Amino acid sequence: MSGAPVIELDSVSTVFGKTCVHRDLNLRVEAGQIVGLLGGSGSGKTTLLREMLGLLRPTSGQVRLFGSDLNSGDVAEQRAIRRRLGMLFQHGALFSALSVFDNIAFPLRELRCLDEDWIRRLVHLKLAMVELEPAHGDLMPAELSGGMVKRVALARALSLEPELLLLDEPTAGLDPDRSQNFVDLVGSLQQALGLTVVMVTHDLSTLAGLATHVAVLADQHIIAFGPKHEVMTVDHPFVTGFFGADRRKLL
Amino acid sequence: MNEPPRLQIESGKIVLSGAWTLAAMLPELTALRTQLAECRAGATAWDLSRLSRIDSAAAVLLWRTWGGTWPAHLDVAPLHREVLSRVAELPDEIPAAAVQRFQLVEYFGRLTLRALANLQGMVALFGQLILDLSYLARHPSDLPRKELFANIYKAGAQALPVTALVGFLIGITISYLSALQLKGFGADIFIVNILGISIIRELGPVLVAVLVAGRSGSAMTAQIGVMRVTEEIDALSTIGVSRSIRVVLPKIVGLTIAMPLVVLWTSAVALLGGMVAAMLQLDLSLIYFIENLPRAVPVSNLYIGLGKGFVFGFVIALVACHFGLKVKPNTESLSANTTRAVVTAITSVILVDAIFAIFTRHIGVPGL
Repeated sequence: MSGAPVIELDSVSTVFGKTCVHRDLNLRVEAGQIVGLLGGSGSGKTTLLREMLGLLRPTSGQVRLFGSDLNSGDVAEQRAIRRRLGMLFQHGALFSALSVFDNIAFPLRELRCLDEDWIRRLVHLKLAMVELEPAHGDLMPAELSGGMVKRVALARALSLEPELLLLDEPTAGLDPDRSQNFVDLVGSLQQALGLTVVMVTHDLSTLAGLATHVAVLADQHIIAFGPKHEVMTVDHPFVTGFFGADRRKLL
Repeated sequence: MNEPPRLQIESGKIVLSGAWTLAAMLPELTALRTQLAECRAGATAWDLSRLSRIDSAAAVLLWRTWGGTWPAHLDVAPLHREVLSRVAELPDEIPAAAVQRFQLVEYFGRLTLRALANLQGMVALFGQLILDLSYLARHPSDLPRKELFANIYKAGAQALPVTALVGFLIGITISYLSALQLKGFGADIFIVNILGISIIRELGPVLVAVLVAGRSGSAMTAQIGVMRVTEEIDALSTIGVSRSIRVVLPKIVGLTIAMPLVVLWTSAVALLGGMVAAMLQLDLSLIYFIENLPRAVPVSNLYIGLGKGFVFGFVIALVACHFGLKVKPNTESLSANTTRAVVTAITSVILVDAIFAIFTRHIGVPGL
């Protein structure tokens, strides 16, 4: 692998109407890092994630994934980049008309060059990876519990073997036990597959369990970025308020 | 960045190098697969130690090339062996999802059962409506006025332009076609009878019913359906508001009130269209037309038309609400139920219309 960072945000600014969400925001995520993106409600974390995905174009500045600009014109190149990342949406965003199996198979089928047997094996691999039974493949998304929706969504995000995984509130809405399981699951997958992970989260235990690096989004830019223990010592009202008394628990 | 996947044969060994990942393999997938297929014949020794990456897609490809067994000699890094062994652990014969065979008897049986279930649901909804109405008669302050008026406005007032346009055009069409025939018999003045009876008694109500079923019926189903998907209906219940009084009743009562009025309006505009066409085609003056209308068309036809509008409105809203409440929380169910609601509403309206025609066959027909 060459030295190009997986994600590079270069003086990104985002303006919605009169509200300025990001101003001159810079961030570099290197391969293999698990970055937890923190920030208060409404500080633009999800917006930032959507910009990394290319779903939203920043008002100014550049977003580079794997060293190439996401908003450059070439359609084929953009598609190739998108195949290298997987996204886990906050509410799963499973296609409700498709069964679990078809949801996971969907990105593979869209490649149009894999045969059904290959796809079937891959889907069963992914199901096993997220610790679901093959029988679960026949269920419809409406029949799944919240935790299972997250697992299936993770399996779908992983189906194209991405190098970069983006997670939006991966453990929101799960009970502590399940959320711990999910954290372990993502952690072990990250090690097995060598993923780079960026996640938005409010949950301290998710952050403590998973993240190697922490980026703090406040005052419209990244006020701190670095290894977990370094960021916690930063003297900023948001950081001290967020970690507060739990600072020790994280270390 | 990643080196592309490569395959060479060195001294009897098959050597794979580079990144064997789905993304990297994609551009040259066919070439790689033919290369692998050629190698399969005699090779027993594989050297995978020079791989930089391997993912499960590539592992499945290799495993299938090997025919589901480990090759006799295999050099591979432990990390990559893990990926391969995950594939190896999968059962070889993964059962494909069972395909349901089409059977005629079963199909019709299901269809009948579903129709019966829908009928039962609508009867239950009707019963609930009666109960709600009797409750509201005892507690008039609980009447959801705002919702009721909003529904009358949406289904009635906002439908006026489109029904007028369609009615006017239909009036012109019928008038023109009849005029062509009547001219041949020299029976020009009977245009008043034809237009009056057909529009007031039959076309006006049915036309409006079809339009309203497509316009308001589908909207009702979709609205209730989305409220179910987003759990708004459940939220209403937890606040202690009856969903049938607050959501279903205003829609049914609203449309039942609004429909006869829209029918009256549309019939009037359709007659106007017919009158204009008759004036242009047959030189029949508007005054003559209006003077002769009451003579040619007994007033009971108007009552029948309005009665039909009343019943049609009720049927459309009942069907729409029934299917809306049946929506399951997914997009597929929402679209299926909206379609069913519109189709069922229009079909039942035509059915009710036929029943009307049979039972009112002696009423309002002018004796010649």
